[in-house]
Amino acid sequence: MRHLLSTGDLSLTEAEAILDVAEEMQQVQTRPVKKLPTLRGRTIVNMFFEDSTRTRTSFEIAGKWLSADTINVSAKGSSTSKGESLRDTMLTLDAMGVDAFVIRHSSSGAVAQAAGWVRAHVVNAGDGQHEHPTQALLDAYAIRRHFRALGREGWQGKRIAIVGDLLHSRVVRSNVLLQRTLGAEIVLVAPPTLLPTGVESWGCEVTSDFDSVLEGVDVAMMLRVQRERMAGGFFPTAREYADGYGLSLERLNRLKPGAAICHPGPMNRGVEISSEAADAANSLVLDQVAAGVAVRMSVLYHLLGGSDEGETA
Amino acid sequence: MSQPPTGSPDIEPVRVIIDETELARTVARMAHQILEANRGAANLLLLGIPTRGVCLANRLAALIEQIEGAPVRVGQLDITMYRDDLRRHPTRLVGRTSIPGSIDDAVVVLVDDVLFSGRTIAAAFDALRDLGRPRAVRLAVLVDRGHRELPIAADNVGRSISTAADERVAVRLSEVDGYDRVTIARVKEGQP
Amino acid sequence: MTSLLITGAATADGTRGDLYVVDGVFRDPADAGAGVERIDADGLLALPGLVDLHTHLREPGREDAETVDSGTRAAARGGFTCVHAMANTDPVTDTAEAAEYVAALGERDGHCQVVAVGAVTKGLGGEELAELGLMAASKARVRLFSDDGRCVSDSLLMRRALTYVKPFGGLIAQHSQDPRLAGPGACCHESEISGRLGLTGWPSQAESVIVARDVQLAELTDSRLHVCHVSTAESLDVIRWAKRRGIKVTAEATPHHLFLDTPLVEGFDTTFKVNPPLRTSEHLEALREALADGTVDTVGTDHAPHARQDKDHPFDIALPGMLGLEQALAVVMEVMINPGRMDWPTLVDRMSTTPARLGQVAGQGRPIAVGEPANLVLVDPAARAAVDRDASASRSRNNPYHGRDLPDPVVATLWRGDVTYRR
Repeated sequence: MRHLLSTGDLSLTEAEAILDVAEEMQQVQTRPVKKLPTLRGRTIVNMFFEDSTRTRTSFEIAGKWLSADTINVSAKGSSTSKGESLRDTMLTLDAMGVDAFVIRHSSSGAVAQAAGWVRAHVVNAGDGQHEHPTQALLDAYAIRRHFRALGREGWQGKRIAIVGDLLHSRVVRSNVLLQRTLGAEIVLVAPPTLLPTGVESWGCEVTSDFDSVLEGVDVAMMLRVQRERMAGGFFPTAREYADGYGLSLERLNRLKPGAAICHPGPMNRGVEISSEAADAANSLVLDQVAAGVAVRMSVLYHLLGGSDEGETA
Repeated sequence: MSQPPTGSPDIEPVRVIIDETELARTVARMAHQILEANRGAANLLLLGIPTRGVCLANRLAALIEQIEGAPVRVGQLDITMYRDDLRRHPTRLVGRTSIPGSIDDAVVVLVDDVLFSGRTIAAAFDALRDLGRPRAVRLAVLVDRGHRELPIAADNVGRSISTAADERVAVRLSEVDGYDRVTIARVKEGQP
Repeated sequence: MTSLLITGAATADGTRGDLYVVDGVFRDPADAGAGVERIDADGLLALPGLVDLHTHLREPGREDAETVDSGTRAAARGGFTCVHAMANTDPVTDTAEAAEYVAALGERDGHCQVVAVGAVTKGLGGEELAELGLMAASKARVRLFSDDGRCVSDSLLMRRALTYVKPFGGLIAQHSQDPRLAGPGACCHESEISGRLGLTGWPSQAESVIVARDVQLAELTDSRLHVCHVSTAESLDVIRWAKRRGIKVTAEATPHHLFLDTPLVEGFDTTFKVNPPLRTSEHLEALREALADGTVDTVGTDHAPHARQDKDHPFDIALPGMLGLEQALAVVMEVMINPGRMDWPTLVDRMSTTPARLGQVAGQGRPIAVGEPANLVLVDPAARAAVDRDASASRSRNNPYHGRDLPDPVVATLWRGDVTYRR
C-alpha cells in the first residue's frame, strides 16, 4: 500500500488484513516491552494543520512502538491563502527524506493533494469534512472485537446507526465506505439540516427519526455535535438536539441486548450522549481509543513494513 | 488425507527425503530427545514459528503429553515484525503470536520446520527478549539443511541433509497441506 | 501606408472573397497592387475580431499572474481584438484616475483594445458607490461597471447603482452570488459530489435568487442589467421570464460553464476551482440551449489567471478562476458549432457584435465590409490539437483544458489592420 487516503480505496482483503494485524499489534500493548523493531530507521512526520491531541498522540505512540522516529509538526495557522502554499510546505519536509507523513488538515481533499506532491507515504489523519480512514478502521476493529466476545462475529446482518452531524463529519464518510466493503448495513440519522446533499445515493438507509430505528440496530455510533453549529442555524438549541438525537438513558434502555455504543470523542455528555450511555458496560468508547494505537500500528506497518516498490504480496 | 502431487511445474526433479511414515517416526524421536534433554516436561514451553513450525510444536506437545501423562505448554511465536529483511520484500503478512502464560523462567523450545540461514531464529531471539526472560532457549527443527549465515545451531534435529544453495527443501504437513512429506528439488533457472 | 491582401477567405455567412486592408480599414480588393503582402486564407473563415466583456488582466497589482501585455497577447492568440479589464485589480478600478491608468496601459502594451471596467462600489466593498460618473466622463469612457468576484448583495445599493448609471448609459454587470447561501467557503456545486467530497456546496439558487432580485430591480429602475457568468438552469428560467416581460437584461456564459462539469473536481485539482463553480451536465445542457436561442446574449471568458502559489493550496482555500481567452473560440466551436447547435453568424453575434454593443466600444464588433475597421480573426474550422498549458501566452498555467483535444481554430488575428497573432 502506498498511501491510506480513503477507506474507499481498500479492498476487502486489505481492510481485513489491517484489522487482523491490528489484533497482533494490540497484544504488544500488554507486553512488558511495548516495542517492536519493525520500523527501525524509518521517519514518520505527523503534520497537524489542525489541532487534535488524541489522534496525534495515537499516531505518535503507534510509530514509536514500531521503533520509527516520529516527529510532530504543528502546522496550524499556515493553512491560509496568504501563507506558504501547502505544496511548498510538503515539498520542504519531503526533501528531508521523510518516509511517511501522517496529515491532519481542516480542508477536505488537502491530504490527497499532498500525497500527489510528495515521494513519501501518506496517511490521512482526517481531512476537513471528507475522510478519517483510521477512525473508521478502529471503529470496525472495536465493533468486531465486541461481537466476537459475544460469539456473534461477522458483518453480515449487522446494522450500524451513525447519528449526528453527518454534514460536517469525516468519520461518517469513511465509515460508510468501509462498511460498503466489509458488509454491515448502515442507517444514517440526522436532523434534516445536517444531512449532506446526495446522501440518499450513499447506499444507506437515511432517516431523521432516531426512535424509529433505535430498536433494530446493533451499534449506535454517536457523533460529536459542534456547538458552533447552533450559531449556524442547523438546529435551535442543544436541548432540542439532545431530545431528538441524543442517546439518552431512555434510548439506551431501548437498545437491543449487547448492542454496542461508539463515539469517536471527545464527547459532549448530555448532548449527543448521556453519561449513562457513555459509561455503559456495552460502551466501546475506551476500547475505541485503545484500538486506535493498534490499528494505526497496523496501518503504518502496511505502508512502511515492506520494500517501497510493489504492493502487498 | 489428500494425495501428494506427483510434481511441480516449476521445480523438478523432486526427491522425497522423508515420507509419511518416516516423518511420524522422526517427530516421535524428537519428542523423546526433548524430554531427555530437559529431564522431563517441567517448565517446558514449546513455541512453534508459523506456519509449519506451529504444526510441529503441536505434534511434539501431543507426543510429550502421551509420554509424560501431563499436558505441556505450547504456543506460537510470529517473528515477522522482527525480520531483518522486511525492506527487501513487499509487505509480509503477519502471523499470530500466542503464548500460554509467561515465558519468564520457562525452558522455551523454539520449533521450526527447516533450519537454513539462521536468520529466522535470530529474529525469534529478539522477539523472545521483548516477551520476557526464559531460563533457557533451545531449538528443535525437523530438517537442518546447512548453509548457516549466523552462528546458530539446533539442539534437536529430525534430519540433517546436505543441500546445494539453489535447492529448495519443502516440508508439507497434513494440517496445512493435507499430507506429510519432505521433498527436495533443484530450483529451475530463473526461478526464485 | 501598410497594406495586406487576404485571399480566399469566407465570411460567417459563407461568402468567399478577398479582403484588402489598408491603414487599419477594409478597402476594395480591386485596388490592391500586385506587390502587396498577401495572406493565403483559402479554406479559412474571416470573422470580426472577438470581443470579451469579462477579462481579468491582473495589472496593476498581480503582475506575477498576468500583465496587460501577456493577457492581451493571450487574447490575440484567441482571436480577440478587444477585452474589458475587470476592476478587481490592486488598486481597484474605482476612480477616474485608476480607469485612465488601465486604459493607458492598454494603449501602451495592448495586443488588442483594452477597455476599463469600473467598480460599482468603492474598493469592491459593497457599501458605497464608486465614482461611477467620473469614470464614465474620464478619458477611459467607462460604460461597464462590475464588482465581479463579489456580488453587489445589498438590494438598496444595487437599486441605486442601476438608477445612477442611466443618464450616461452605464451598464451594471452583476456577479450573482447570494453571500449567505454561498459564502466564502462554498467551492463546489452543491450536489451529490459536494456531499461526498465534504466540500461546502454552492447551490444553483444562490445565483438565481440574486438574478431574480436584480431583474426586478432593473424593471423598477427601467435600467439595464448584465448578468455575468450565468451558470444554472434556474437563472436561465428567470432571465427568459424577464426578457419576455421586456426587462432590459442581458446575460453572459463562460466557455468553461458551457463545457466542463462538476465531476472534474473529484481529484481536488484546484485548476477546476472557479466561481461560480462548475455545474452538472443538466446545467451545461441548459446553458448551451440558452446560448443558441439568445437567452444568453454573449460569451464572456472570465479569463482569470492565477500564480501557481495561489492555486497550490487546499481546494477551499485556493483562489478560484481559470484561463479562458485562448480556448474560448475552440470551446464554443466544440460544444455549439461542431454539433450543429449554432451557426457561424450566431457565434459572431455572441462573441463579437453583441459584446461590442453592450460595452459601447466603437469600431469593434463591426461587419467585415469596405470602410469598416480591420478587426479580424482568420479561423481554420477543421484544425484540432491537444491543448498545452505551457504553450500559453498567459503568465499563468491554470488552464482547465490542458491535455484535451480541441479545435485549434485561430490562424491569424488583425487588430486595426495590424497582425497581432499569426500561427
